[in-house]
Amino acid sequence: MNITLNGTLQDIAGPTLEDLLRETGQAGAKVATAVNETFVPAGQRADLVLQPGDRVEIVAPRQGG
Amino acid sequence: MPTFYGTEFASRLMLGTAQYPSPAILADAFRRSGAGIATVSVRREADGGEAGQQFWSLIEGLGVALLPNTAGCHSVREAVTTAQMARELFGTPWIKLEVIGHADTLQPDPFGLVEAARILTEDGFQVFPYCTEDLVLCDRLLNAGCEVLMPWGAPIGTGLGLNNIYGLRSLRAHFAEVPLVIDAGLGLPSQAAHAMELGFDAVLLNTAVAKAGDPAAMAEAFAGAVSAGALAHQADPMPPRDMAAPSTPVLGKAFLE
Repeated sequence: MNITLNGTLQDIAGPTLEDLLRETGQAGAKVATAVNETFVPAGQRADLVLQPGDRVEIVAPRQGG
Repeated sequence: MPTFYGTEFASRLMLGTAQYPSPAILADAFRRSGAGIATVSVRREADGGEAGQQFWSLIEGLGVALLPNTAGCHSVREAVTTAQMARELFGTPWIKLEVIGHADTLQPDPFGLVEAARILTEDGFQVFPYCTEDLVLCDRLLNAGCEVLMPWGAPIGTGLGLNNIYGLRSLRAHFAEVPLVIDAGLGLPSQAAHAMELGFDAVLLNTAVAKAGDPAAMAEAFAGAVSAGALAHQADPMPPRDMAAPSTPVLGKAFLE
């Protein structure tokens, strides 16, 4: 399934957001997620089934001013 | 000392965590600044979560309160979603709300800012809005639920200091009970001292410290300036006047012509 992950088109297995995190090596990592510009809490990732064309953002803590 | 959303801090400095030459220098700058609050952000993770975890470990070790930002957001939706992700990541309802309206000046979008502040406040956030010194805007932000205002001194990263002294004095006078923080544009400790002399509660710095030749020394310099300025404000400065007035008594001066 093709989705856009952090701005880059990717072919992923899915089907859930939690599966995607596992697939990208970020299961258990300190990250937050959004799909199609909507925040997805950590507790809802396993229930969120991704659709082709979805725009997924995975973010982590960073330096800021 | 400044109190933000019910939490009192022993320092009038907030310090950003970006642009330091190294993590060790960042940590040293925080130690010497005495800052009680660190601003942080969320960004795309690209390497399996390693960079985020390393930064998280570093800031946890600072022992300061965290103020996540929505830096770089240009729309209400983007800012709200970023704030929600930041709340989960950092475990705090605090958010430094930035809704940028102009790409060159990084000037806040006042209309989007008020809308986002209202949405986030209703969602349980405690909002620190990065705003201008405009009185009407600040009034609307307070009505939207903000209990802190963070007007810029000058555009982010410029180091120009306090560009509109009249506007900032006016803001201080109109909102005497609201915590006010100069959020951006400071480059020198003297500018931070000036902000304190005007009665502001705190200043937020990043570039001025991180881009100094010796960030840790500059952090300490700002700490001293902020303390001096705040003490001067409490000491009730003399009003300026146009005409000279001798400080040494005229009476009793010898006539030596």
